[in-house]
Amino acid sequence: LSVTPSTTRSSGSPTGSRADLDPYRTTLANGLVVLVKETRKTPAVSINLAVRAGSVCDPGDAPGAMHLLARVIDRGTKARSAEDIAEQLDGRGVSLAINVTRHLFSMACTCLAADFEAVLSLLVEIAIAPAVPQDELTLRKREVMTSIRQDQDNPAVRAVEALMALLYGEQHPYGRKIRGTVEAVESLTRERLLDLHAERFTPGAVTAIIVGDIDARLAVAVVERAFGRWHAPACPPPPPAPFAPASVRRRRVVTMMNKAQADIAYGFVTIKRSNPAYYAHWIMNVTLGQYALGGRLGDSIRERQGMAYDVSSVFDASLLEGPLIIRAGVSPANIDRTIASVDRELASMRDEGITEKELDDTRRYLIGSMPRSLETNAGIAAFLQTIEVFELGLDYDRRLPDLLAAVTVHDVHAAARQVLAPERATVVIAGPYQEP
Amino acid sequence: MEPSIRSVILDNGLKVFVREEHTAPLASVWCWYKVGSRDERPGQTGVSHWVEHMNFKGTTNIPRDRVKGIIEQFGGTWNGYTWIDQTTYFETATHDALDRMLFIEAERMARCLYHPDDCESERTVIISELQGGENDPDQLLDQELTATAFKAHPYRHPTIGWLSDLESMTRDDLYGYYRRHYIPNNATLVVVGDVDQDDVLRRVEQHFGAIDPGPAPGRIRTIEPEQTGERRVTLRKEGTTAYLKVAYHAPAAGDPRFVPALLLDAALTGAKGVNLWSSFRGQPPQRRARLYRAIVERGLAAAVSGQLMPTADPFLYTLSATATTGTPLSSLEAALAEEVDRVRREGITSLELERSRKQLQARLVFDADSITNIAHQLGYFETVADVDLFAGLPSRIASVTLDQVADAARELLGDSNRTVGWFDPLPTDGVAHRGSNDAGRD
Repeated sequence: LSVTPSTTRSSGSPTGSRADLDPYRTTLANGLVVLVKETRKTPAVSINLAVRAGSVCDPGDAPGAMHLLARVIDRGTKARSAEDIAEQLDGRGVSLAINVTRHLFSMACTCLAADFEAVLSLLVEIAIAPAVPQDELTLRKREVMTSIRQDQDNPAVRAVEALMALLYGEQHPYGRKIRGTVEAVESLTRERLLDLHAERFTPGAVTAIIVGDIDARLAVAVVERAFGRWHAPACPPPPPAPFAPASVRRRRVVTMMNKAQADIAYGFVTIKRSNPAYYAHWIMNVTLGQYALGGRLGDSIRERQGMAYDVSSVFDASLLEGPLIIRAGVSPANIDRTIASVDRELASMRDEGITEKELDDTRRYLIGSMPRSLETNAGIAAFLQTIEVFELGLDYDRRLPDLLAAVTVHDVHAAARQVLAPERATVVIAGPYQEP
Repeated sequence: MEPSIRSVILDNGLKVFVREEHTAPLASVWCWYKVGSRDERPGQTGVSHWVEHMNFKGTTNIPRDRVKGIIEQFGGTWNGYTWIDQTTYFETATHDALDRMLFIEAERMARCLYHPDDCESERTVIISELQGGENDPDQLLDQELTATAFKAHPYRHPTIGWLSDLESMTRDDLYGYYRRHYIPNNATLVVVGDVDQDDVLRRVEQHFGAIDPGPAPGRIRTIEPEQTGERRVTLRKEGTTAYLKVAYHAPAAGDPRFVPALLLDAALTGAKGVNLWSSFRGQPPQRRARLYRAIVERGLAAAVSGQLMPTADPFLYTLSATATTGTPLSSLEAALAEEVDRVRREGITSLELERSRKQLQARLVFDADSITNIAHQLGYFETVADVDLFAGLPSRIASVTLDQVADAARELLGDSNRTVGWFDPLPTDGVAHRGSNDAGRD
């Protein structure tokens, strides 16, 4: 699957009757990709307009710019007031969720099937022609600055933010905060946001994902009608930013004496999603910190030692080398014991790998969980977005079991040796704690 | 509800609901118990939730170290939760796991182990859960607000329990509570998915039929006396953000005034899902809602929300707002009170009623998107009220009149029925950072 062919092409079947996902994909003449999956479960449709305009597109001096744009983009277009948009959505029971991640700016909602055309047209208008009225910008800035200050009082957020800044450096797009800083948000102007929008919102950067009780051909026709006349030159992706991999262990404390317990974030930089070793890393992480409430880490720290309610690890390989982050919320008295337990579990997995039984269990779990993750319209939409962003192919749901089945204990051990190095771990503790 | 629900009651009193949904090769099994934090006596607050945790720690026929992995082999997920009226457990997995899921729930009902070592290690896990919650000022305020709004009904204490009770309860307290409440005649089993109703009922009989019923636990019968004057609570603690909460005693799920109150809430803060779980799923559509316009669009609050849950006894309708930086809580409270008073005097408009209806009806459709959510919705209503109440919701929502909403506003939103909570942050003394690149430190 190539991402943006210049001519219209399609694959899959518009009606898709098999149990396989078999989505319908086509590229409009202007480069915009449409992905549709019909389902007949509820008379509803999930829409996701995903734009390759995540926080990696924030200008170096304006962290949080894309996030602020997300807060204000639906507050008025060249033809409609904010009130009118609000009435159109609220009146149909639709809540539009506009979310910015590192790589994507997505506008997602679920509407009744009967409202599909009206809602999609409105979303397209918002995406193409936002007005960013000054009074709206002033209000939304205040909200964002308040939420940044709320985050500053949240040990879990502080721990992960500090960890990412240490792992990647504060200038790297993964090291910066998606919401930015109070100062940066305050200084962003309407003109700057509109320029950024004009630069990054182009047809070739958009994937329209539509899942639900809607005829695929009709859905494509509606998208084509709404988006087809939109033309804008593509903008090259931001240049890859360098970062220095950790060579020593680092430890940082964010003291928050007003809190009841501490959050630990412990992590590494890993690989890109396109790395062939991705599947071995994925299985390694699930075994380490996810399988059945927290994997090996959950067994040790929660089940056997009773130290934490929340303990898990997250592996987020992406377009750039993503992190593996282990998190736990613990009493200040148990910080060192918890970190020592994490060290022990990592060293054990690095030195000995995982067992055949663990590999088999994890694999069966991941393969078996596919019907569940593809049960809802929103779940299918998320899966299609992943396929598109990482160029996994329209048959990815059929290939995934084989990709997982091909992973051996040796592959997982190799992944563990590459990533799980306590001596090079970066560890952040945020909470009611000061280094002795 | 269009698809048929089969319901039976076994000889031992277990209620069973089965609904076939052949949209995906999955099945979801939920076992609900009419026990929650409202059933706890002083000194034992938090016992319902702790018991829930212990019921994942092995049974006579599921060794402690084999609990995890049974459902995962079918790609499944499992969990449980405890709230004021109910405790529930579920598994959702591929449909071939049906028998395993029923086996697990039957074991959980009758044969959990409560090993003393597990009780001890879970004590500290739960204290960690409590302290993690206390890190959130909004949650802390909610706990204090509820404790202030109720002076007699056991809804007043938090589901997680008070710390000293968590520190002092014993294994026997936990086990005794488990044995009193985990009996078939206090439970409802819900199965939804790609199953055959007759097959499910046969298997349910096999797994649960031999479990003996017990004496009905009986609930604490305290009725909260009518509130006769406004109550206030102010938390002053270091923090970065100010929070306001205003709670009103609200009708129970089975009260005819409940559905008009749902429409009132939709007009004030936007419609959300009508149960504990689905109410948290995503932001409600609320840009045109009264309170959003009165306080968020005027820059006084960064967010506003309303919560009205179906509960067995009258609980609270709570309005919450996050003050924007620099906005005094008094200004935020005054603006919120002004709008609430207006609605109390004038009711809502027919346009607002129409919008609220449409939102709630749409939300009921959106929430039926997975077998897990469908099963949750059925079990939730049966446990706090009656499953028929849920089935009748769409028509009741459609038939609510402007006068009924106005009556709900008048009864609910009175000053003397109100408890106001402030989280008024004290300045943090700068957050210290210390770092090191000391390879040998750990």
